[in-house]
Amino acid sequence: MDDLKDVILEYVIAEYGDEDDKITYDTPLISGGLVDSFSMVSLKRFLEVKYKIAIPDADASPEAFDSVHKIAELVRRFTA
Amino acid sequence: MVYSDRVRDLYQGQLGGIREAGLFKQERFIRSPQGADINVEFPSGAEVKPVINVCANNYLGLSNHPEIVQAAHDGLAKRGYGMSSVRFICGTQDIHRELEEVVTEFLGTEDTILFPSCMDANAGVFESLLTKDDIMISDRLVHASIVDGMRLCSAEHDTFKHGDMGHLEKKLQQFQDKRLRVIINDGVYSMDGDTAKLDEIVKLAEAYDALVFVDESHASGFIGATGRGTHEKCGVMGKMDIITTTFGKALGGASGGCVSGRREIVEMCRQRARPYLFSNAMAPVIIAGVLKAFEILKRGTELRDKLEDNARYWRKGLTEAGFVIKKGDSPIVPVMLFNAKLAQDVSRDLYAEGVYAIGFFFPVVGKGQARIRTQLSAMHDRHHLDRALDAFIKVGKKYECLGKTEEEIVARYGL
Repeated sequence: MDDLKDVILEYVIAEYGDEDDKITYDTPLISGGLVDSFSMVSLKRFLEVKYKIAIPDADASPEAFDSVHKIAELVRRFTA
Repeated sequence: MVYSDRVRDLYQGQLGGIREAGLFKQERFIRSPQGADINVEFPSGAEVKPVINVCANNYLGLSNHPEIVQAAHDGLAKRGYGMSSVRFICGTQDIHRELEEVVTEFLGTEDTILFPSCMDANAGVFESLLTKDDIMISDRLVHASIVDGMRLCSAEHDTFKHGDMGHLEKKLQQFQDKRLRVIINDGVYSMDGDTAKLDEIVKLAEAYDALVFVDESHASGFIGATGRGTHEKCGVMGKMDIITTTFGKALGGASGGCVSGRREIVEMCRQRARPYLFSNAMAPVIIAGVLKAFEILKRGTELRDKLEDNARYWRKGLTEAGFVIKKGDSPIVPVMLFNAKLAQDVSRDLYAEGVYAIGFFFPVVGKGQARIRTQLSAMHDRHHLDRALDAFIKVGKKYECLGKTEEEIVARYGL
């Protein structure tokens, strides 16, 4: 499962990180102001394509996307 | 009457939270017309204090221009006070259409529709044009009103890193399966003062079959050689598909805004944009004032040239004094302090020194990006700028942030 988290972390850093940001598994992404709720779209799309899943909009809440750890949990729910 | 103690407590708790977070906004009462020199009562009940204003959007100094004030008086006499109607019922006077034609000619577009504000234009434009089969790709620093407009629209939305053309290109590639792609930008970014690279954006739009949207609220009237805006500056007049802008800043500063662009797009807004369909026509008195503002702009470029000179002088003065400022060439000059409390303290001390400039911090700007946003005006004369610079230097010395790098300021005050 760490592989999953690392894939997500790598994507999040490339997509949203700046040079100075130290993003970890537990960094608050949306509540911490790193990711705005609009930018979640590309992340959701990336996960759906990569893991061949469909995340319903109701589950794609800002809370569920608020850290790499939480995103990994969400993906796990749909790949299980 | 169901406003129970429970409800009162709920809101008092929320307001308390806003205060504790240092985010509580208080209005300052100005006891004079808008201008470079204003008289301010702050806090409420305090003695009225004359200060130099360096935080208005009064870029061309037209907010209290005598010719515009007179034109507004004349408009009031000739066309009355209010319309008591939306445009499409019985709210359209000849001067509403006249202003739409003047704006179309000025911006170099095909047609224009007026809105009560640019906030309303941005709220209405996306939902009028796009469906769930489309994608809106916006720069991450676009104005809050655009964000709200996108929220009201059923199209999918995504963002690209601020000003990052490579990232935008990737997004355009990623969404080639969509019916329509719209690239969404501010012309001049209001918090940073930098401008969109519209020439590069147009090339990408052509390569990937996308529409270009730009909000010119902080550009119309003064950016570009004749003040047409960012598209003039970037050499892409006629290439913008959708421009929104305001009359509430450089163009007289009262209120009102518009969508200007391709003929069919404007017509779709006239048929579908809810803030146009369900709110009153702009008041005739304001239309008359805005028409005069455009007439003044047509006469020559003196005001925007003076503004440009002022911006250059101000940026040079702050830089030489040792402040960290955001690079750019617009009249929006952010003085970077990084720490929210420091920005508030500096703003308060500047006011004590007779300079009105406001601190901005998260969530209005990114965390650790607190600043004093200064804005120049053609109303400023050298003596205003020199006095304001003296005040900035005095306060900067007090907080020991002159000649310091970002790292040094952050090391001392934190983020």
